[in-house]
Amino acid sequence: MFDYETIRVIWWLFIGVVGIAFALTEGFDFGVGTLLPFVGRNDIERRVIINTVGATWEGNQVWLILLGGAIFAIWPAVYATLFSGLYAAMLLVLFSLFFRPAGFDYRGKIEDPRWRNTWDWCLFLGGSLPPVLLGVLVGNLILGLPFHLDQDLRAFYDGSFRALLSPFALLCGVTGLLLTTFHGALFLKWRSEGVIHDRAVLAVEALGPMLLLALAAATLWVFVGIERPEITQMAANDAPSNPLNKTVIGNGAGWFGHFMAHAWMWLAPVAGFAGLALAWWLGKGESRMGAFMFSSLGIAGIALTVGFGLFPFLLISATDPRSSLTLWDASSSHSTMLLAFWITVVFLPIVLLYTRWVYKIIWGSVTEASVLKDTHTLY
Amino acid sequence: MFGEDIVMLSRMQFGLTALYHFLFVPLTLGMTFILGIMESVYVMTGREVYKDMVKFWGKLFGINFAMGVTTGLTLEFQFGTNWAYYSHYVGDIFGPLLASEGWMAFFLESTFVGLFFFGWDRLSKVQHLLVTWLLAIGTSVSALWILIANGWMQHPVGAEFNYETLRMEMTSFADVFFNPVAQVKFVHTVAAGYVTGSMFVLGISSWYLLNKRDIGFARRSFSIASAFGLASVLSVIVLGDESGYTSGETQKIKLAAIESEWETHPAPASFTVIGFPDQENRKTDYAVKIPYVLGLIATRSIDEDVKGLKDLREESVERIKSGMLAYDNLQKLRAGDLSAKPAFEAHKADLGYGLLLKKYTDKVVDANQDMIAKAANDTIPKVAPLFWTFRIMVACGFTMLFIFGMTFYYCATRVADQKRWLLRMAVWCIPLPWIAAETGWFVAEVGRQPWTISGVLPTHMSVSSLSADQLWFSIGGFALFYTVLLIIEMYLMLKYVRLGPSSLHTGRYCFEPRSAH
Repeated sequence: MFDYETIRVIWWLFIGVVGIAFALTEGFDFGVGTLLPFVGRNDIERRVIINTVGATWEGNQVWLILLGGAIFAIWPAVYATLFSGLYAAMLLVLFSLFFRPAGFDYRGKIEDPRWRNTWDWCLFLGGSLPPVLLGVLVGNLILGLPFHLDQDLRAFYDGSFRALLSPFALLCGVTGLLLTTFHGALFLKWRSEGVIHDRAVLAVEALGPMLLLALAAATLWVFVGIERPEITQMAANDAPSNPLNKTVIGNGAGWFGHFMAHAWMWLAPVAGFAGLALAWWLGKGESRMGAFMFSSLGIAGIALTVGFGLFPFLLISATDPRSSLTLWDASSSHSTMLLAFWITVVFLPIVLLYTRWVYKIIWGSVTEASVLKDTHTLY
Repeated sequence: MFGEDIVMLSRMQFGLTALYHFLFVPLTLGMTFILGIMESVYVMTGREVYKDMVKFWGKLFGINFAMGVTTGLTLEFQFGTNWAYYSHYVGDIFGPLLASEGWMAFFLESTFVGLFFFGWDRLSKVQHLLVTWLLAIGTSVSALWILIANGWMQHPVGAEFNYETLRMEMTSFADVFFNPVAQVKFVHTVAAGYVTGSMFVLGISSWYLLNKRDIGFARRSFSIASAFGLASVLSVIVLGDESGYTSGETQKIKLAAIESEWETHPAPASFTVIGFPDQENRKTDYAVKIPYVLGLIATRSIDEDVKGLKDLREESVERIKSGMLAYDNLQKLRAGDLSAKPAFEAHKADLGYGLLLKKYTDKVVDANQDMIAKAANDTIPKVAPLFWTFRIMVACGFTMLFIFGMTFYYCATRVADQKRWLLRMAVWCIPLPWIAAETGWFVAEVGRQPWTISGVLPTHMSVSSLSADQLWFSIGGFALFYTVLLIIEMYLMLKYVRLGPSSLHTGRYCFEPRSAH
């Protein structure tokens, strides 16, 4: 069907699609969680906010699980190196995700204000820590991670957790949080009325410029302040996966040069900035769906900018450039990629169809009246 | 290689978090099916009490499901964080199975679980029933994929080592999917989940009946649980026996260890009911044996041997020596000497046995007789824990068979409410399916040691390059989160069990004044 080189590119795109689906869907869940204690001032207001995502957050979270599973299946070396190398960071992401299932499901089970207030802050942590940590992670993907592979292709991490928290990475962490919170505010605005709706609009208005500023600063930093390694020689694009069969120099034409060399890649950052700017402009006004859609476009653009920028790298090694993993030499076998391709081609549309059906069923504004009507069933 | 402490801590963390996860999984598997059955009855008869049953048992299911989701995330992260070399080495086979689980199962259950809880007024009766069944199917399909993955770890078929990429690669998806070990394991495990759900509903319903509250509600729940439980517990036992047969074929060492079968006796082998395994002297003290039975279970015949551990250890010695040749030729191949290829191919199947020596010498090829002997000893897991946990599991299984058999019989004769001894027994036996499931996994996983992938990749090579400090950090974090969450979960579970169907606020149940609602 597809030769090894083609399927490697297809899977690079597919994993991008899964990553974007995660950022778009769980992104607004995270954002709604972050806004919860601030936009909702009492129990009933907070219940309205929680129930805007209550029926669907669990399905959205599967995009994250699938992203992990797909990387495991398609780029086993990336999965192994990234998760074990960033051990503490990954566990912190995991621990922060722990707050969510219990937060959503257990909060409403007891009618005690202290109980509910505690879970509200747990949902806040579960909504805000993952985007910060994942933002820091993306920052470090751009900076490159200190790791090397030995002769048996065993990955060794040569850095520390503290070293991940460089100024640039922290900027990326803040950007991640702003991005999901902005996106979440637009979602909340779309699905609420009255006071929650108005406060969500205020959040959109305030967060938009901060987000654009943070993104602009990060982009500028990448273009002028961060080196980009360059592959000087490697095996063919359809060779068996062995990352050590290549030569890499630590300092190439740079990130700006990389985009200039592939001019079409500029579409991604343009879509990112334009989408988010339009989302802000429309979101301040009456638009509900339109603003949310532009924010989705913006997030997709930002995600693609990172992916295009790294291409063909998946994980850059800052200490041993030769150990860097690329889509050409860190993938699983040809037949496994084809198998996973067919499974995806069949199941992706099915998943999208029934997800759409579920959204259609539960769609509509959540209001204090609608929550009180089903007070014993809703969160 | 890595210090023993890293391997030990990694195993401890994975073992405990996996066992903890499996406190919630079997109940999810069973409850979703029971909910599906109850709701089917509701849709067919139109009687509100069945809808209330779905809603109430659904609440308890929801409390449990949240924990299943939370603790399941851990496992997906953990292959990468703690078993990085494993992930690299077998990701080509293991990864697609996990990804399939994501596409086919996680999405299904997680997308429909929201509609199950919040869709009652937005869906027609039949639509909601469909949602409930999709949720149930999703949970069982999830079990299918993860058990195919686990079955492959027990009996790795359909894959081959590739010397260019230094890892295992899939050669036949059909072989991996239709792996006999995986198929048997799947049915055994999901049926055990159905038993867990049944025992849970049966025990709690019995408690209501004993307290003479919500009689109509409890009696109907009780009947459904006893019928479904009886069918399920029979499947578990039959498939457990089938499991013994496939182990006799594919996992001889594990089977011999479970039976504390040190010597190869003339066929047919007898089954040791009870005894005291003595690892050091390789014998079993005070053994009580039943003739023929082990031979029948493991070989389905009366004239085939069941190999004892001593002979199996000798086989390991041979395979380790062959594995050293595989390793030696692999090094030559990698250095570019293609003439080593035929020799490598000839011994490739034993490469994993060669890697066992990595624990004693990094070079492998320079291993002396003493090291080979030690590595061969390693291939025999600790017998006593396996011997005992296996017997606990079986005892739990048969006790539950008795309970479900009796409750089913008394339901059929419509006198179940009067058999207070049986109701009391059902309450006290609620923990049994969990004990059986946890001991069952213990047998399956500890019995596979010293391997993560049986015969292919030793456990001590599979770990990530971590420090003990990092592991203590994560173990501490898990201990903290999991303890707090478990206390909260148990508290809520007990609170809602006590409230019973009155928690639905329909005004029809115990504790509710008639005027309410």
